[in-house]
Amino acid sequence: MNTSQQRNLIQKAGFGMLSVVALLTVLPIVLVVGYIFYQGLPAISFEFLTGLPREGMRAGGILPAIVGTIYLTIGTAIFSVPLGVAAAIYLSEYAQDNLLTRLIRLAIINLAGIPSVVYGLFGLGLFVLFLNFGTSLLAGSLTLSIMTLPVIISTAEEALRAVPQSFRVVSISLGATRWQTIRRIVLPESLPGIITGVILGLERAAGETAPILFTVAAFFLPRLPDSPFDASMALPYHLFVISTQVPGMPLKLQYGTALVLLCFVLGMNLLATTIRSRARAKRQW
Amino acid sequence: MKIFISQLFDKERLITRLIASAGYSAILFVLLIFYFLISEGLPALGEVSLHSLLGTRWYPIEEYYGLLPLISGSLMVTLGATAIAMPIGIGTAVFIAEVAPRWAREILKPLVEVLGGLPSVVLGLIGFLILSPALRVNLNLATGLTAFTGSLLLAAISIPTIISVAEDALDSVPRSYRDAALALGATEWQTIWRVTLPAARSGVLTAGMLGVGRAIGETMTVMMVTGNAPVLANSLRMLFMPARTMTATIAAEMGEVARGSVHYHVLFLIGIGLFMISLVVNVTASAVVFRQRKRSERILS
Amino acid sequence: MVKISIEHFHLTYSDGAESLRDITIDIPARAISVFLGPAGGGKSSLLRALNRLNDLADVRSVSGQIRLFGDNGQTIDILDPQTDVVALRRLVSMVFARPVTLPLSIRGNLTYGLEVAGMRQNNLLGEAVERSLQQAALWEEVKDRLDEPAAALSGGQQQRLCLARSLAMQPEVILLDEPTSGLDPISTSKVEASLQEIKNNYTIVLVPHSVQQAARVADHAAFFLQGELIEAAPGPNLFINPTDKRTQDYVEGRFG
Repeated sequence: MNTSQQRNLIQKAGFGMLSVVALLTVLPIVLVVGYIFYQGLPAISFEFLTGLPREGMRAGGILPAIVGTIYLTIGTAIFSVPLGVAAAIYLSEYAQDNLLTRLIRLAIINLAGIPSVVYGLFGLGLFVLFLNFGTSLLAGSLTLSIMTLPVIISTAEEALRAVPQSFRVVSISLGATRWQTIRRIVLPESLPGIITGVILGLERAAGETAPILFTVAAFFLPRLPDSPFDASMALPYHLFVISTQVPGMPLKLQYGTALVLLCFVLGMNLLATTIRSRARAKRQW
Repeated sequence: MKIFISQLFDKERLITRLIASAGYSAILFVLLIFYFLISEGLPALGEVSLHSLLGTRWYPIEEYYGLLPLISGSLMVTLGATAIAMPIGIGTAVFIAEVAPRWAREILKPLVEVLGGLPSVVLGLIGFLILSPALRVNLNLATGLTAFTGSLLLAAISIPTIISVAEDALDSVPRSYRDAALALGATEWQTIWRVTLPAARSGVLTAGMLGVGRAIGETMTVMMVTGNAPVLANSLRMLFMPARTMTATIAAEMGEVARGSVHYHVLFLIGIGLFMISLVVNVTASAVVFRQRKRSERILS
Repeated sequence: MVKISIEHFHLTYSDGAESLRDITIDIPARAISVFLGPAGGGKSSLLRALNRLNDLADVRSVSGQIRLFGDNGQTIDILDPQTDVVALRRLVSMVFARPVTLPLSIRGNLTYGLEVAGMRQNNLLGEAVERSLQQAALWEEVKDRLDEPAAALSGGQQQRLCLARSLAMQPEVILLDEPTSGLDPISTSKVEASLQEIKNNYTIVLVPHSVQQAARVADHAAFFLQGELIEAAPGPNLFINPTDKRTQDYVEGRFG
């Protein structure tokens, strides 16, 4: 066997190994998602989705947890979207390359890396205790907002920067101010990308447990919250509780709850991906 | 032409201020987080002696606040996760960026994104209900809730981060490097190992660091599957025994402590530690990225 | 009559790549002035200084004076930092080399400048659309599809739309930076014809994409080489009878 054949053989073996590694990454995902669907689907019923939990959560539905997660997601969006998009506009359209801007970027990188449980501590310290919001949807939404902020800022900034510079130059040459240029040209063009980033950020918030442990979550609260100052159940925390803290919990309910949470999160992911690919196909630049 | 410049400019100035303050808010939040951790956590240093904090026993009910078991638990679980996640993550990134045909890429990338989006409680549930019993039976352990179980799941959690950062790094290696190597008669395989990966090494390193950062900060999954026994990890054998991480300790105990108690302050102190670790990891990683960008700018100009 | 007076103008970029040295020249009103010369000579930089688009670029320093004599008798000191650049850009409009249509409809492109200036009346906007399209010789081609995206037009049509977009604002000066460099000969001649038509009402400063184009349209011509103004002369004089050897070499095609 000559060297060239040998080299080709090595290459084939190497590529084969890499594809096995890649398979090793994705196969478990497919299996896990598939298994949760398989085990969880039988639990899904009208009562499960719209009923209150009964018999110490061992029967009945998970409506308070679903509603709590929806409220939390909306609450998070209310705070983090305007702030995050505005910060992204600042970084993309206004900021100059100076020390302050570098500090802001460093702060964003740092926010993105802080462990979720530390956000929980912070939310407990600032919102629950210091500002006296108590264990409430408001405190939890604010905590999740700050955690989501870096995701929204960086994806929105990327979307804004993707808008060709020539549009800005032309708009300004036609006598538009900077803000007019942003509002009339840059924002509309980058909107799909921004929405994608926002959904991906909220997806993360919706699935998180640690930040809401001490800020929102109620172990067992068989009613719907009716004000932002109410504590609430939430899907991820509920799943944690019923899978580890309640003895004799029917497996079906655990998988059913996991399935609902998974659908919530994957649905958001799918929505984000769809918006992104639609916008890419439609884009003229 | 009639122009209402003055009104326009007042509005413009206001909007500019608003947008700029949104930008500065990121700094404010980091400072706020730091401030609240310090103000709630630092008192612990006055209440518990350094000697006790460095002890090997964590048993708050009897006022034992030794942090070593928690630190060693976090380290062990994280190192285990990194050892698993790095080769798989980087291998997958190389496969996606350099080897995979287009159709495979289109399947792999969204799947990796799905993995990144899986809530950690869902992974914890799978770990608790399926992985740990399987490990107990197959490895013949006393319990399946071990540090190793945590490592496996943390690997799954950090792999998407590693893949996406490493893939970006590989993508940013100029096409011409590869073309030059191929033109000199190297195989694609040799090009990957001797040209592309070395050229992207700082980005790949960053990927690893961010993966470690992701793993060390993960809470729910480890809390659900590591058995939560605060024992000092002093030998490799401990990898297959229950362990307790810093994050899981905060999550498990904060709900039950009284505000302002010693226990409460010590839990915040652990939070300060986690904050510092993530600060160091992320600042270092971003410094690597910045340096790399500067270099590429130099090459281009 | 002088429209713009440039005196001792200097400009340096941060990276030192391109600069202009001691430029002094008058630009006559209601005529086509042409800045010609090889690439990198500073023509575009000078053009962009006239409506302060250089503010967006990485400029290290500018000095000298550029004054605009407005139709209302007002004099605007263009380089003065206190000058309202937004108002200036509405008086001095720009057409770029590459036709960049904004991601709006054809009508939206034309009314953009007026709308950001605060004009809301639909009848006035409609009049501006038709008038500017007529002037740019585009009306017949697009009058039935004003609400379609501008990006759907051909390259030549897009560039005429860009010219119309400037005209819609009724500026006093129109700057054109190699507006026909990417166009086919037919579109080029349409643009040149439009310029001839509108020059009675507007001051036009053109960086041509060839010496031939310069010779065809110039009422007044200036030759720039490596950041310096070599010579300026009215009409065809610069092409027929250049005084400087370098100008002669350039217009005869020996370099550039």
